[in-house]
Amino acid sequence: MSTLEIKDLKVSVETEDGPKEILKGVTLTIGDNETHAIMGPNGSGKSTLAYSIAGHPKYTITGGSVTLDGEDLLGMTVDERARAGLFLAMQYPVEVPGVSVANFLRTAKTAIDGEAPKLRHWVKDVNSALEKMDLDPSFSQRSVNEGFSGGEKKRHEMAQLALLDPKVAILDETDSGLDIDALKIVSEGINSFRGGEDKGVLLITHYTRILRYVKPDHVHVFVDGRVAESGGPELAEELEANGYDRFTKAAV
Amino acid sequence: MTVTESTLDSIKDSLELEKVESHLHPEGSFLVEDHVVPTGREEIWRFTPLGRLKGLHQDVAFADGACKVEVEAADGVTVTTVAPDDAVRGSSGLVPTDRVSARAWASVSGATVVRIPTDTVVEGATIVRHHGTGTETPGAGHAVIVAEKFSKSTVVLAFDGSAVVADNIEIVVEDGAELTVVSLQDWADDAVHLSTQHANVGRDATLKHVSVSFGGDVVRHDLSAEYSGPGGSVEALGLYFADAGQHIEHRLFVDHTAPKTKSHVVYKGALQGDGAHTVWIGNVLIRKVAEGIETYEENRNLVLTDGCQADSVPNLEIETGEIEGAGHASATGRFDDEQLFYLRSRGIPDAEARRLVVHGFFYDLIRKIDVPELEAKLTETVEVELSKNISALTGNTQNGAPTA
Ligand SMILES: Nc1ncnc2c1ncn2[C@@H]1O[C@H](COP(=O)(O)OP(=O)(O)OP(=O)(O)O)[C@@H](O)[C@H]1O
Ligand SMILES: [Mg+2]
Repeated sequence: MSTLEIKDLKVSVETEDGPKEILKGVTLTIGDNETHAIMGPNGSGKSTLAYSIAGHPKYTITGGSVTLDGEDLLGMTVDERARAGLFLAMQYPVEVPGVSVANFLRTAKTAIDGEAPKLRHWVKDVNSALEKMDLDPSFSQRSVNEGFSGGEKKRHEMAQLALLDPKVAILDETDSGLDIDALKIVSEGINSFRGGEDKGVLLITHYTRILRYVKPDHVHVFVDGRVAESGGPELAEELEANGYDRFTKAAV
Repeated sequence: MTVTESTLDSIKDSLELEKVESHLHPEGSFLVEDHVVPTGREEIWRFTPLGRLKGLHQDVAFADGACKVEVEAADGVTVTTVAPDDAVRGSSGLVPTDRVSARAWASVSGATVVRIPTDTVVEGATIVRHHGTGTETPGAGHAVIVAEKFSKSTVVLAFDGSAVVADNIEIVVEDGAELTVVSLQDWADDAVHLSTQHANVGRDATLKHVSVSFGGDVVRHDLSAEYSGPGGSVEALGLYFADAGQHIEHRLFVDHTAPKTKSHVVYKGALQGDGAHTVWIGNVLIRKVAEGIETYEENRNLVLTDGCQADSVPNLEIETGEIEGAGHASATGRFDDEQLFYLRSRGIPDAEARRLVVHGFFYDLIRKIDVPELEAKLTETVEVELSKNISALTGNTQNGAPTA
């Protein structure tokens, strides 16, 4: 089972002029084996939604709830949420100088599983996860994300997704900045993840092109901190043809 | 060829170096009475807690036996003890520029001489261990490391235990020699160690100087380097970890006295606990004769808890416009929230994430030190230092979510 339930989530950030509300009541349920796409214009709050669910300290939850299989995520620390089965592929993955990818992955895997992975399998698993993302095995000796190109960072996020194997993955614009070959590789990564048992995917994107490779069950249009409209894959096609105008005008 | 000519001219110049009107270059003296007792207002003493020096800067008497010395000489290296009047003392050009150094100079009953013969390429490190035997009686020390022409070797000076010590360390790297010197301070909590280290780097010679400080109540190291010929290179690396109440101070002075010389300084420190204080002063002087030199100095401090203070002052004085490159960087900061968030979003608990970041912070430096005998020990000591205070570290999370 893996159900991510977001109910009336309200989030604000601290600004110089006091708190500013970014999410104005988001309600969304990602059921077992479902893929939801969230699409919305720049600044509509997509990343805020992703970060708030993962527990980034910058965001203050002012209302609502988020549960994973009934467990209250908002009451957990960032790392507890990950250990509960949440994964966030970041729009801008962070560089951690001096910490090798190998060390990082092993430490993360150990934390998630509660025990160190068996060395013999693990090295093989890491290499094959990197290889599937078209990353040379030498990446495991490099510092986490340091000096990686934009596309390499995104593919590194997908290699982590494969290795850490969470219940629910939130992918924040994993498709942006990728050329068409890399987009296909990343899409295969997502599809292989959701081919597993009881997996949920929340795919945040700006463009419809990834939806050609990763077919969503539901599409939500996100405008000004809330879901403006929900529908099936046909909603994405409408957005492709007409853009966000209809929704942004309605929001004003 | 004009290049050679101008180089020769410069060498001639450098033989009669002009006096430099700079506070970087105080007049030295071997006479103790030429150095008045510091008050703490002097530029060179303003950061140092004089009250905790156990009188080293005043008149307290020295005696032998403050440290038990053990020598592990690598094959081909000789380690001897000579009388204070031996001519090898002062061969680096060291002239005390403060009272503590002058008092130590005047008080030693002998000097340790480490000599690496000409052309000898030494396998493994020569280690001189100093085990402090107590803080009751202060000790004075003197060591001279001479790397003769075209030799290649590593010398480690290691300090542990409890002691109050003032010493002068001279490093002579003759033409074409390659020398690594590591000064490793792993003192007990009550130790006081003031060290004056001076290096003279010959033509086309290379010195890597590494200073590592963990323990001690007050540890202050003044390292200066000058060049006796063109083409010399100095890499000075430092790693320090100050706990609650500890004062760790490094003062560096690279005096570019010859053309085509290089200096590269990187010091990194971490501070944790109430009253942890570190000081880094990086002075570089590029003299008129020192054309075509390259210098870069960098100091980074990672402040792990509240109540710490890191002072960092890089200072570059340039008297010639003809240089290849000169730069410095200094940064003192806390944990990067984005880095911690990233690691924790992968399930890594807060304390572990912090440990990873600190390891990462020091890792590049430890790799550059490149003394296999020390690498494991250094990584381990960083680990021990971190685990000492891990509760303080986890207590420091500032996000809204509760800490595990
Ligand atoms: N510290 C802050 N002060 C003021 N406004 C902020 C702050 N942080 C975020 N915002 C605003 O919050 C809004 C939502 O940002 P968010 O990054 O969630 O948008 P997004 O939908 O992910 O956009 P994009 O498509 O560009 O990635 C933006 O208007 C942004 O400017
Ligand atoms: Mg975004």
